[in-house]
Amino acid sequence: MTKAVTEPVSSGDRPYSGSLLEVEDLQVEFRTQAGVAKAVNGVTYSVDAGETLAVLGESGSGKSVTAQTIMGILDMPPGVVRGGRIRFRGVDLLTMPEAERRKIRGEGISMIFQDALSALNPLFPVGWQIGEMFRVHRGLSKKQAYAKAVELMDRVRIPAAKQRLRDFPHQFSGGMRQRIMIAMAIALDPEVLIADEPTTALDVTVQAQIMDLLAELQRESNMALILITHDLGVVADVAHKIAVMYGGRIVEQASVFDLYAKPAHPYTKGLLDSIPRVDQKGQDLFAIKGIPPNLLHMPSGCAFHPRCVFKRDNCTTDVPALLTVEGPRRSACHYSREVLDGVAG
Amino acid sequence: MASQDDVILEVRDLVKHFPLTQGIVLKRSIGAIKAVDGVDFDLRRGETLGVVGESGCGKSTLAKLLMALERPTSGSVRVHGEDIASARGAALKRMRRNIQMVFQDPYTSLDPRMTVGDIVGEPFEIHSEVAPKGDRRRRVQELLEVVGLDPEHINRYPHQFSGGQRQRIGIARGLALQPEIIVCDEPVSALDVSIQAQVMNLLDRLQKEFNLAYIFIAHDLSVVRHISDRVAVMYLGKIVELGADAEIYDHPTHPYTQALLSAVPVPDPRGRENRERIILTGDVPSPANPPSGCRFRTRCWKAQEICSVEEPLLQVREGSGHPSACHFAEVHDVVHVA
Repeated sequence: MTKAVTEPVSSGDRPYSGSLLEVEDLQVEFRTQAGVAKAVNGVTYSVDAGETLAVLGESGSGKSVTAQTIMGILDMPPGVVRGGRIRFRGVDLLTMPEAERRKIRGEGISMIFQDALSALNPLFPVGWQIGEMFRVHRGLSKKQAYAKAVELMDRVRIPAAKQRLRDFPHQFSGGMRQRIMIAMAIALDPEVLIADEPTTALDVTVQAQIMDLLAELQRESNMALILITHDLGVVADVAHKIAVMYGGRIVEQASVFDLYAKPAHPYTKGLLDSIPRVDQKGQDLFAIKGIPPNLLHMPSGCAFHPRCVFKRDNCTTDVPALLTVEGPRRSACHYSREVLDGVAG
Repeated sequence: MASQDDVILEVRDLVKHFPLTQGIVLKRSIGAIKAVDGVDFDLRRGETLGVVGESGCGKSTLAKLLMALERPTSGSVRVHGEDIASARGAALKRMRRNIQMVFQDPYTSLDPRMTVGDIVGEPFEIHSEVAPKGDRRRRVQELLEVVGLDPEHINRYPHQFSGGQRQRIGIARGLALQPEIIVCDEPVSALDVSIQAQVMNLLDRLQKEFNLAYIFIAHDLSVVRHISDRVAVMYLGKIVELGADAEIYDHPTHPYTQALLSAVPVPDPRGRENRERIILTGDVPSPANPPSGCRFRTRCWKAQEICSVEEPLLQVREGSGHPSACHFAEVHDVVHVA
């Protein structure tokens, strides 16, 4: 297959020297009856063409909310964007009129979700749903759109695509459904693909197939990939750079090799240390004590301090900024130098 | 390790077929889902047997059969020599005391309308001989303390606890009747990464403290290795390979085990370009209509004529010290997750 599925995207032909997608100081809140939850609290990251950025974090860390805000699919209310910029090719998406933004969605940036069964419409055949991208964005006829859908289903390696065009989502296995969602996402040749836990619901052998497919598609079309996950294994396999999120903030940013070799934030270090290793058999695993923070009642100072082994007095009062530690690495810890040098906490 | 006398659970040729029917009034049987199709293993006192496999391989049906929540189509599950699968009434109740379960999802396996004290104490309602009525509150508080929860929280409701704490409540309930065997069905997979290690450590500590035997069902292979003494790999209702953890992880002989291990992403980016990956094609076939002969042959790169004709038995074969159900079993050490 070639990538000649669609015409090149026309939106944003003007040269732009910065990163393809830049999120800057993004602030998102949820107004609930119980109070205001700061789900995203000053997140900054960027991704370039052909690059894979992994956003790592636990449930409630704000990784998915950031992605939903980039896509413009956040439920508002209760969600409110309180500040920050999301620049795609230098143009701020947050101040853009909805009509323009709709053009970018799918053509410029698109997204795949964790649970393909609930992301696909159960009442329409998959070919119709994939073809919808072409009917709506490209004004193709039904017949042309179906033909494009077959091409795409071939491209994501769905066997006997032509025969399966009119099948419904429930007639496919979990891995095949994920392929259909990927087909929809890449239909208009987006420049940025956001994958929110794309393989979490899948078995490991199917996960390997899907990750392979994503890597191949990325190579073919030089897409930027934002991979949102909690799986340290998947990240190590595919990412170029990593942003680790905790309690709505990025706590560490580094290249994948630097981060796994020597974490510079106690949370990252704790996560890596808690992976079971062969030589620890029969011993206790390292466990980060305590539980993830409640967004409605965030700890004072550094959000991680109640669970941190490096904690000192100022951690309970001063919020650590995300600062450069060494080269391109950034860490939001008052004692990142010590963490990096492996001084015991 | 343990001698033959220590075997507390014997599973022999266990089969569970769920009938597939057609028609509403006249239900005709048109086949069967072969969820578990001939499984044999022993479990010794204080031992952990890990069970790994993908969804649909029969892991959870196996767990239900062990708990006598489902009746097997044939075969037996003997606890201390007594068959729980055919037991009824008082005998079944007595045997169930000895084999308890911890479920995957701590959000749905606890009744939201019951307090923690009621949840953990409910086993005593059914088996009142274990704890006399006046003593129950104290027993429940002891149990909460054992699993690392605050005994003062006995009157709280499940929603007031985090996921990890809820899983501890589920574990406390499993311990209440002082069983010898606990079946853990994916006990940590619903938990956040930073919480998984806490619960794993708890399970490990409880095993040593009470000399428990675990059947540990999970799909996370590194977690299974950490806790298991032996590991059974299941594919489409059958055990395809069974051995000590080092045998399975370092010297796998069944192609499916090798593929499974190679598919697990290694949490270390170094050398990722050169890592061997066995990517299986296609999906797991339907258990209603499994392939003839070896069930893995449709996805196997070693498959030959014999594989479609003759079913390979789970037995020790030349060149390896542990049973493997492959005609062409040979050790092939894939680079895999520690």
